[in-house]
Amino acid sequence: MPQLGETVTEGTVGRWLKKVGEAVAKYEPLLEVETDKVASEIPSPFAGTLAKILVEEGTTVPVGAAVCEISESASAGTASAVSPVSAVSPVSAVSPVSNVEQPAAHRAQVAVRDGIRYSPAVRKLAREHRLDLGQLTGSGRGGRLTAKDVLQHVESGSARFSPAAQTAASAVASVSAEKPAAVTAHVKPAVVAPPAEGDTSIRVTQMRKTIAEHMVLSKTTIPHAWSMVEADLTDLVKWREREKEAFKAREGVNLTYLPIVVLAVCGALREFPMVNATWAGDKIILRKQINVGIAVDIEDGLVVPVIKDADHMSLSGVARKIVDLVNKARSRKLTMEEMSDGTITVDNTGALGSIASYPIINPPQAAIITTEAIVKRPWVVNDAIAIRSIMNLCLSLDHRVLDGSVASRFLQSVKRRLESFTGAA
Amino acid sequence: MKSESKVRASLPEGLTADTLRDMYYRMVLTRLCDDRAFALNRQGKIPFAATCQGHEAAQVGAAFALKRGTDWVVPYYRDTALALAYGVTPREQLMCLFARKDDVFSSGRQFPNHYSVPRCNIASISSIIAAHVTHGVGMALAFMMRKQPVVTLITFGEGSTSEGEWHEALNFAGIHKVPAVFLCENNEFAISVPQKLQMAIANVADRAAGYGIPGVICDGTDPVATYTVVHEAVERARNGEGPTLIEAKCYRAMSHTSDDNQATYRTPQEIEALKTRDPIPRFEGWLKDRGFIDDETIAQFKKKAQAEVDEATDWAEEQAPPTEEDLYTHLYASGPLS
Amino acid sequence: MPVKTVLEGVRDAMHDEMKRDPRVFIMGEDVGPRGNVFLITKGFLEEFGRDRVIDTPLAEASIVGIAVGAAMAGMRPIAEIQFADFIYPAYNQIVGEAAKIRYRSAGGNTCPLVVRTPYGGGVRGALSHSVSVEALFYHVPGLKICVPSTPADAQGMLVSAIRDEDPVLFLEHKRTYRLIKGEVPEGDYTVPIGKADIARPGKDLSVITYGLMRHFAVEAAEKVASEGVDAEVIDLRTVRPMDRAAVLESVRKTRRALIVHEDQKFGGVGAEISATIAEEALFDLDAPIRRVCGPDVPAMGYAKEYEEAFMPSPERIAGAMRELAEF
Repeated sequence: MPQLGETVTEGTVGRWLKKVGEAVAKYEPLLEVETDKVASEIPSPFAGTLAKILVEEGTTVPVGAAVCEISESASAGTASAVSPVSAVSPVSAVSPVSNVEQPAAHRAQVAVRDGIRYSPAVRKLAREHRLDLGQLTGSGRGGRLTAKDVLQHVESGSARFSPAAQTAASAVASVSAEKPAAVTAHVKPAVVAPPAEGDTSIRVTQMRKTIAEHMVLSKTTIPHAWSMVEADLTDLVKWREREKEAFKAREGVNLTYLPIVVLAVCGALREFPMVNATWAGDKIILRKQINVGIAVDIEDGLVVPVIKDADHMSLSGVARKIVDLVNKARSRKLTMEEMSDGTITVDNTGALGSIASYPIINPPQAAIITTEAIVKRPWVVNDAIAIRSIMNLCLSLDHRVLDGSVASRFLQSVKRRLESFTGAA
Repeated sequence: MKSESKVRASLPEGLTADTLRDMYYRMVLTRLCDDRAFALNRQGKIPFAATCQGHEAAQVGAAFALKRGTDWVVPYYRDTALALAYGVTPREQLMCLFARKDDVFSSGRQFPNHYSVPRCNIASISSIIAAHVTHGVGMALAFMMRKQPVVTLITFGEGSTSEGEWHEALNFAGIHKVPAVFLCENNEFAISVPQKLQMAIANVADRAAGYGIPGVICDGTDPVATYTVVHEAVERARNGEGPTLIEAKCYRAMSHTSDDNQATYRTPQEIEALKTRDPIPRFEGWLKDRGFIDDETIAQFKKKAQAEVDEATDWAEEQAPPTEEDLYTHLYASGPLS
Repeated sequence: MPVKTVLEGVRDAMHDEMKRDPRVFIMGEDVGPRGNVFLITKGFLEEFGRDRVIDTPLAEASIVGIAVGAAMAGMRPIAEIQFADFIYPAYNQIVGEAAKIRYRSAGGNTCPLVVRTPYGGGVRGALSHSVSVEALFYHVPGLKICVPSTPADAQGMLVSAIRDEDPVLFLEHKRTYRLIKGEVPEGDYTVPIGKADIARPGKDLSVITYGLMRHFAVEAAEKVASEGVDAEVIDLRTVRPMDRAAVLESVRKTRRALIVHEDQKFGGVGAEISATIAEEALFDLDAPIRRVCGPDVPAMGYAKEYEEAFMPSPERIAGAMRELAEF
């Protein structure tokens, strides 16, 4: 069926002008075809004999369909080759096409030059979820980190720290991505002999890797200074003994020293806002919100969930919050929100018997305080010897933000509050 | 100088003594408006003015030949007298010159004299020469389709008749006998290009034969002559006999617009001689000769017209210009879209 | 629901509106006894008479100019330009006049005009029967420009265009006239101007397209779906006003944008879409914006090889989808 018009897609056989067996010359009218535009006589493309009619009169077929067979007279006398007559195939808009564009150039543009290329979507996601992109691997072309990769990573729920060095909104993810690279560039790792016989190789988990990077970042960018005070908690110990059962019955959680320490730290931070701060290069930002991070040991590592606005909470509120966060931490159910925006960290190193610790600051915070074990010691009270319950409080501080005097006075404030704690929330 | 005036035995149909005096008043009013526009321009108060001087008779004659309130006009930017004779007020004219927000023609968006006055059956035009001629034909076609006894007057200069669209318009109008009257106000110059460089023929009206319509020439400095010819063409159109091409021979007393200087292409003698063709003193004389007007009335008219122009000027100058908030109004029927 | 071709949709829209509204009439070359060169107005002259089905002289500027005047006088003219390739003489009237009438007269005059014309390639139409012209007009505020590609959209949008109070340029892809069939609701049926259609929902990338390319894009999407690439195809249906909200919503969801149009690439509609996406959704993009368009040569040649090299094919579109998905 020929195409008898620019937009025609089918045709109807009108009248066969030759009968089967009849001879037909080249260009001689063979049949009449009707379309909705026009009716035409179709000239035969070959000379020969009409061998077979494939489409009866009045039947409609698509353009390109065979309508008859003609045996060509070129090989006269024998059963000749039969050629189906279908004439010009229709203009097909669906054809393989040589790509007029330059895909090679396009791919070249994608080639990674400087090792790290993050799309705007990836950077936005990194900001929203407080991610350190350097630790993620990409499934895009050339190993590119895609938005999908980031989202899958977030949804998989692995624990992670707040990213380093976040202050102003813009260029955050790039800064956090670039900083570790810059830092590690200056620090040459120690040459390590490979595992020998008898040695055990432990795979570094994602968490371990994150912790390691975070610690290196802290120690190589923050100048740590350290101070310690001794607190006489004899009265507090007695108070707790008296109160703990009623507290448990009332609040449903144990009364430990940690929530009391958190409240004391909050009080001291209000007195010394400089400690609730962060170094931001050209400025120091004093954070209004007091968000106290609590270091929690979990299997295979350490996480620091954050009590937001701890200074607005009561003792029971803090106690319950700590229990909730610790449970979530241990069952790996902490959300991004619960692990971000801490302004100071409290680490209860004393739980395992330590009497002095040199803690590593949790960037971008300016300080970290530890509560050491409460130990009964002989002590001088009013020029006499008495047995007192003594707890050391240790403070590591960012010496760019804090000087010794502020740090010491802060520690003294915490100590004072603990020593005079009466339970008034 | 008093020019020769023709004596007419009887007045053409539709013209009374009152309408003649009204025609004269309109011409005087237009001249004073025109002068005021150029004065304001020289004062730096308005950036642009286009003159009508030399055209007043043709335009007023044509305006009075129409059925006011029924017939439509698709003018061009030199038709101040036509507008002021067909219902536009001096205040509206001055609002346009000052490009005020409440300018009826275009809310301050168009150049001066780019009319659009639905109240007066005057259609919107642009600066594009001859683009409006097909519009006029389309309007006439619409009235014809709706069997309304409305005639559309389409005016233009002789330069317009070189545009392809002008020819397309007349071609269609002639084929379908649309109820239109084509009025060419031939002032001999398209800016600086004289008629002999604009066309190979002596009269624009000679083109009419090519479109199968009658072509008529009249003295465009004679309002009564123009009235007579336009009136006849309007009646023909209203009776279904099709369009007419009228060529009113007039002249342009001043430069094309305030941005032109005709001294660069016309000799001083030529420009000086134009004053003898001024239609206003000529019509004055004609009216006085026949007792239609006396000097006292003339003085009164001039005083009244001047007062109107002064009031309109002062008033329009006080009106508010458009602001940035007005930028997007009248973009689509439903307000601005993305 | 009746199944029609795009051509039948166009025909029925005009026919039904002419029956419903005596102000509607058609003027153009060969629209009378010939019934239009594609037979769209076949039978109209007999039904509506010479007054409303006007064979014009061969003069495009006045086909539109006279229609403008008739619209200004309260009629609803449909001015047909026989092929979009012939529209250039009428550019003055469309862009310089029709688009500006309401604005320049502060609403004193309006221009409820429809200018219809077939455009696009795929019919061996060669250099002067295959162009796309939307990019020449969509720049102009005051105009609306429709580019439907299904029978339902063609019919529904043409009715909307005829009823619209503003000038509408209605571009019909000639290859779709008989090639594309589809269901069209019965009765008084309209499709709004300025609203895109989700031809195929998806989540991995957004294809923004119109015209014949809508169908090729859907075909390409089906092809790559089996390879795990889920492409969303947005048929703009109107090029101005553009449904920016639909485009942005889709791109924000998928984060990858592929624009496909048959028209030449440089300065085509895709350039404006790209700028809009970059301005408003930059931080949602996970890959550069990609365009698959006609090549920057003056027009599509007569030889089959030229036409195939010009028109984006489903294969080429699928290739771009794959590349974008794996970026």
